[in-house]
Formats: sequence, C-alpha cells, structure tokens
Amino acid sequence: MPEAWPGFDEVVRVLTLRAGHNSAVVVLAATLLGIAAGSIGSLALLRKRAMMGDCLAHCTLPGICTAFLATVWLGGEGRSLPVLLLGATASGILGVLCVQGIIRYTRLKEDAAIASVLSVFFGVGIVLLSAIQSLATGNQGGLSHFIYGQTAAMSVRDAAMMGGAALVAFAVSAALFKEFRLVCFDDRFAAAIGVRVGAVDLLMMGLVVLVTVIGLQAVGLVLIVAMLIIPAAAARFWTERFGRVFVLAGLIGGASGYLGSTASALLPRLPAGAVIVLSAGTLFLICMMVAPSRGIIAGSLRLMRLRLRIATDHYLRAMYESAEIDGAVRRRVPIAAMARERGWPGWVARGLTWWLARRGLIVAAAGDAGFTDRGLEEGRRITRNHRLWEEFLVTHAHLAASHVDRSADLVEHSLSQEVVEALETALRQRGTLPAVPPSVHPIGGPRA
Amino acid sequence: MSPAVHEFISLDLPAMLTGTLAVLTCALLGNFLLLKRQSLMGDAISHSVLPGLVAGFMVAGSRATLPMFVGAAIAGLVTVALVGLVRRFGKLESGAAMGVVFSVLFALGVVLIERGAARGVDLDPNCVLNGDLERVFWLPPASWSELLTWGTMAQLPRELVTLAIMAALAAALICVFFKELRVSAFDPALAAAVGMRPGLVNLMLMLVVAAAVVASFEAVGSILVVAMLVCPPAAARMCTDRLAPQVWCSAAMAIGIGLGGYAAAVHLPSLWGSEQSLSAAGMMTAVAGMVLAVAIVASPRHGVLGRAVRRRTAAVSIAREDLLANLYRASEIGAAPMQPVTGALAQRALRQAIERGEVAIDSRGPRLTGLGREAAAALVRAHRLWESYLVRHADLAPDHVHPTAMDLEHITDPAMTRKLAEASAGGTVDPHGRPIPPV
Repeated sequence: MPEAWPGFDEVVRVLTLRAGHNSAVVVLAATLLGIAAGSIGSLALLRKRAMMGDCLAHCTLPGICTAFLATVWLGGEGRSLPVLLLGATASGILGVLCVQGIIRYTRLKEDAAIASVLSVFFGVGIVLLSAIQSLATGNQGGLSHFIYGQTAAMSVRDAAMMGGAALVAFAVSAALFKEFRLVCFDDRFAAAIGVRVGAVDLLMMGLVVLVTVIGLQAVGLVLIVAMLIIPAAAARFWTERFGRVFVLAGLIGGASGYLGSTASALLPRLPAGAVIVLSAGTLFLICMMVAPSRGIIAGSLRLMRLRLRIATDHYLRAMYESAEIDGAVRRRVPIAAMARERGWPGWVARGLTWWLARRGLIVAAAGDAGFTDRGLEEGRRITRNHRLWEEFLVTHAHLAASHVDRSADLVEHSLSQEVVEALETALRQRGTLPAVPPSVHPIGGPRA
Repeated sequence: MSPAVHEFISLDLPAMLTGTLAVLTCALLGNFLLLKRQSLMGDAISHSVLPGLVAGFMVAGSRATLPMFVGAAIAGLVTVALVGLVRRFGKLESGAAMGVVFSVLFALGVVLIERGAARGVDLDPNCVLNGDLERVFWLPPASWSELLTWGTMAQLPRELVTLAIMAALAAALICVFFKELRVSAFDPALAAAVGMRPGLVNLMLMLVVAAAVVASFEAVGSILVVAMLVCPPAAARMCTDRLAPQVWCSAAMAIGIGLGGYAAAVHLPSLWGSEQSLSAAGMMTAVAGMVLAVAIVASPRHGVLGRAVRRRTAAVSIAREDLLANLYRASEIGAAPMQPVTGALAQRALRQAIERGEVAIDSRGPRLTGLGREAAAALVRAHRLWESYLVRHADLAPDHVHPTAMDLEHITDPAMTRKLAEASAGGTVDPHGRPIPPV
C-alpha cells in the first residue's frame, strides 16, 4: 500500500484541477478521452463488434513502426506524431479489411478471423519494433509507449486532440443519429428501406479508428479496448434507447477517466492508464449490480417476489383442496400435514403462514390455518385457474389426466383475466362450468 | 566439436526447440478452440493471466515455475468463470464480455507489476508480453561424447524442459480424450446426452490452455500465443475436413513455423547488413500469418483460388449444357439456325461442346451431333420431368417451375431421372404441353 495516503486537501485540489498544470492537463485529457471512447464504443457494442476494437488497436502497431522506419529512411526525425498516427490508422484499417475478407471468403468464423489478424499484425509489429531497436539511430525510444501508453506525460496538445475527437464523434453521431440507430438494431431493415448500410458501417468504423489511434498514446493499445467496451457495456444496464446509451456511455467513460487519472496523480507508482481501466471496471460492476431493470440486485428482488407469490398461491390452493375434500371449505387445515405433502421444510411453512396471516388471507392458530373471506376468494380463484388449465389440457390438447397437474402447477400463477375468460369460453362449449370445476385427477397422496 | 557447432547447440538449438515446442503445444490445443469458436477465449486468457503470473511471481520472489503456473491457472479459471457470469448477468454478447473481463484483469496485472516494482521485485512487462527467446541458452560440454549424459541434460534450460512437458501433456490429453473433445466440439448437446460431460471437458481444455499460455509466455510472450493458438489450426482447417488430419496437419505446420520463424529471425537481418537478429517470437508469428495466408489462397479444396477455378469450370460446363438443350429445343420446333454465339462464356461453352464431339459447325451454324443429341435429350427429359414433378407433387403453378427446373437439370443423374419418371406415373408431356423425350 502507498507510503503516505494523500490528505483531503490534496484530493480536492487534484479533483478540481488546481494541483498544478501538468496534473490538470492529464486529468482533463483523460476525461475527454473517456467521453470520446465511451460514446464511440457504444456504437461498436450495439453493432455487436466489440472485439473489432481490440483487433483495430493491435493492428496499429505495424503501421506505427512502418511509418517510423519510412521517415527515418527518408531522412526525417522519426518521431513525428502525425505521421505515426497516419501509419497507425492505415494499418488498423487494413487489419479490419483483412478480418472482413476472411469472414466473407473463407470458412473461418469471426472469432478465428479476428484472433488471427490481431495476433499476426501485432507480431509483425513486434518484428519491426525489434528491427527499429537494432538501428543505429537514437530516436527509436518511446515507440513502445504506444503499447503501454504514457498517460502521465500527456500535454495540452493531446488534451486538445482528445477534445477534438470527442467533438467530431458527437457531431457525426448527431447528424446521422437516425441512420446509426437503425443500422445498429436492424441492418437488414435499414438496407431494405434504402439506408446505405455499408457507408454507415464505414463511418462508424472510422470513428472507432479515430478514437483508438488518438487514445493509443494515452492508455496504450492494450487498454484502449477497455475504454471502448466497458463504459458502453455499463451504460447498457440502464437503458435500451440508443441515444441514451450513447450519452451515458460517454459520461461513464469520462467519469472513469477523471477518477482514474486523479487516483493515479494522488497515489504514487500507479500507472494511470491501468487505473483508468480499473475505475471503468469498478463502475461497470456497480452498474451491473444496482441498475434498476437489468441489474443483478433488481433482478434478484424480482425473482424473490415471484417465488414468494408462487409459494403463497400453492399454499392457498393446498388449503382449499384439502378442505374441499369433505366440502367444508372454512375448516381449519393442519399446516404440518400440508407442508409434508408439498415437500416444504418447516421454516418455509412457518414463514408462509406468517406472511399470509399478515396479509389477512388466513388465520393461523395452534398448528392449523383457516381461510378468511378474502383468503377464500383467493384460494378459490387459484384453484379455479389450475382446474381450468387442466381441463383445457385434457380436452383440447389430449393429454392424459395424470399428466396435467405439473403443467397447471406452473401456469396457474400467470393466467391473466383474458386468458381465463378464453379458457372458460372454450370449456363452456363442452357443457356447463361450475364455479370451481372438479379436479380431473385424484387429489392427495404423494405429490412430486 | 567445432566452435560454430558448439555455439549453435548452446545458443540457437535450445531457443529454436523452445519456440517450436511452444508453437506445437498451442497449435494442438488451438484446434479445439477453433472448432468451438472460442479462439478469442485464447486471446482473453493470454491477456488475463498477467495478474496471476505477477501474483505468483511476487509470492515466490523469483521466476520459479510452479507458483507462476498456479497463479496463471487460477487466473485462467477466474477468467472463464467471470466471462460466464458477465454473459449471464450482464446479458452481454460473448465478445464484449471477454473484452470487459480480460482488459480489467490485464490492467490489474499492470498495476501489480508497478506496485511490485516498488518493492524491488523485477518483472519486466515487455518480457511477459513479447517473450524472451533470446535468453534461452544451454552450456553443453565441448565434446560430442559427453552431450547426451545425464549431467548435461540436467542443465537444459528450464523453459525448454517445461515446454517439452507441456507439449507431451497436450498431445497425451488429446489422444486420451479425443472422442470427448471431438464430440463436444461438433455437437455439445449430443455429448451431454451420451454422458461425455462436455462441461468438464471444456474446463479441462481451458485449464490446459492457461497452462500452455504460462509455459509459452517466456518463449513467445503471452500475446503472441494467440497467434499460435489460431493460425496453424486455421490453416489446417482450410486444408481438410476431418479432425484427425487437421490436428496432424496443424502440428506439422507448427513445427515448420517454429523452425522457419527462428531461422528467419536469425538470418534475415544479414540481408541488410545488421548483426542483431530480429525478434524470434514476432518472426514466428509473421511466418504463421504467411502460412495461413497461403492456405487461404491456395488450399485445393477450400482455398480462394481453388474455389474460383471450380466456379469457372462449372460455369462453362453449365453454359455448354444450356447450349445443347437450346439446340435441341430449337430443332423440336424447327426454328431457324442459331445466331452466331457472342460473349466470352458462351464461346468457351461452344468450344467445349465441339471438343467433346457434341456439336459440329456446318454451313448453317452450330448443329447437334448424335452424341450431342443424346446428351441434350437427357437434359431436356430431366428438365421436363422436374417440371411435371413440381407441378404435381409440390403444388407449384406451371408458370413458376421453369427457373427451378433450369437449375436442377444440371445436377440430375440418370438414377434421379428414373425416380422422377416413376413419380410422374408415365406421363408423356410436361405442364406446358411439350413432349418429354423418351429414354
């Protein structure tokens, strides 16, 4: 752990960009990169091409090295940034074209195409890098920063480039919002109504290339992938709407850039790029847990509520059926016998009894439970649904009477009013329908 | 032994063997990843073992093999588990899930390296990524007679021994579990149904892949392992359809890639007068890429060139058959002689028909010979029988069946024609009223 935790004042100073010019620039640049990469990454994610960003990032290496070698050979400095970025763009695009060529013209599938192109291009880049390192010139140092990034050494120019990339991304996406949205969600329909899907795809890929190449020097090529995928995936938990995913992904990316670069500025020996990615990962985890409709916590709560409803329905029906046997539906039913029949452990039976008593559907005393008025209605309704479904399966689906109980057990909870009316109509055609139809199979005895 | 040979055996041979064994191990295992469409999982594992390696390294304090293996195996398992969790609960597609998991784990590894460096623990991230084949060496004795003794063998470099064991392990596992691996790769549901436990088989495969990644990272680096997992099996897949030949072919290619790549790395720089060799691992990857490219283009059965040639041949043959059928139909209705044939494809078709003796050119233009008339009659018979069948048995309208019959007539052999004749119950005209040529 760090030698000395930063004080509160220092934290505030860094967070508000007042801790010196360098750290302010780094935080600003990282935030802008996060915004740009996050929002553009949402395009790739929604288009189901998340790994293409990984491929793109790895494919830039040979281009960077080739550009370096070319400028050195032509007598130049070698480390001219625009030329290197141009080389990166060219080989990145070449890599993507190779992947698409392999997918289209060979029997290899998408995963093999991406993995092979990614690694071969990167390997060629490593070869060129080793060739550069053996050259007599002294300017080759620093090319490996494209692999790992040098976030802490970002300058105002870098921040400006990232801000520019973010602006370009927003402008293009705003201008082509409808086309992007349509192509992301249903490209065949888009093609059918005349949208130029190929051109739109190319434009999206161009934006991904732009952000990847600019972000290379910040977080390095291995981690830029994270900035493209993770904020978009995190944003996806909150909404299904395209525009909102786009904006939210940008915000989450910006937040990770901000938090990560701040943490790295405050604590010593933490590489900024990696910490930015870890912040993004943490935000992803948080979103995965707490998001209201698609999050894990919300999903678990929903599941628990559903299970409770199913269990209480079964309880009421069991009560109704055991009382129904001799016609005295208000009779008190021994809970232990019911629980044994249903296969409930003691604590489950006790919990359900308590819950139903709290809801005013039963009255429980001395190991017996009896219906209240409301409870009787509810029990009758559930049993009716169950029996209706069983009758339907026997008469219309020709299932044996001994085979329908399990299915009705599952279905009875989710029959809506319209379905019940439709069942009644279907069954009434066969004769009169009592309030609660008799069961098609014997009740009681061992139940699965 | 001479100094040059001694230098070769001490410097080049171990490195070459180590690299080749790494390529071989990964190629063998990669066959099954390729078939299960999980090649990117190899990519993910090779990135995400980094924190496991670093943790093992920091626990052991040195680059001892066992703690790093254990750390990497744990990291590999964690990766697979996390990807599964993110896919299920995050409802992300598999590529995105892998991207999230491996990049976070890789970042964790980078942070651990930096923090570890603060304590004087020295693990160079470059080496983890790119490998360090050039540092694998051996100090054999100076004479041939002492070469194969136990004492000198015991001094073999650790990386070489580890990879030899890994290669043997991979080969053994593939032999022992070949049935299970094959069935679960092609039909996991069937594998589960017959009790082959595809889940366990998959887990075992991933564990061994993680172990191979660790064993190989010292030789070729963790990122380049991906190339070895994919390229030789993919190239072999382009060449054959059956699994056992594919595995053998990928193994042979792997050995060639390893040896060739190393040789190229050592000898290529002399082309431009440099003394220092290129990165051997990178060169092997480049050679692997070239092998894959050659297989994609030149493979006889599935290669791009082969398919293009076969398509051309089929196009000419189909055009020739169309020509024969048209001449037959023209002669049926006593039409005027045909116009001169234009167009490259049609002219090639005509030439082929003349060469086969089915068409002869006389003063009035192309004319069917006896041989040609037979062939044309068979084609038209098949065509019209198909039309009858489609109208009678498939309930198609009579004006909808011609294009389908035009396609089908070229692939109908005599046995099929007989079956069609039986199905048409001896009818003698097609749905358009034209006579069906007799046999």
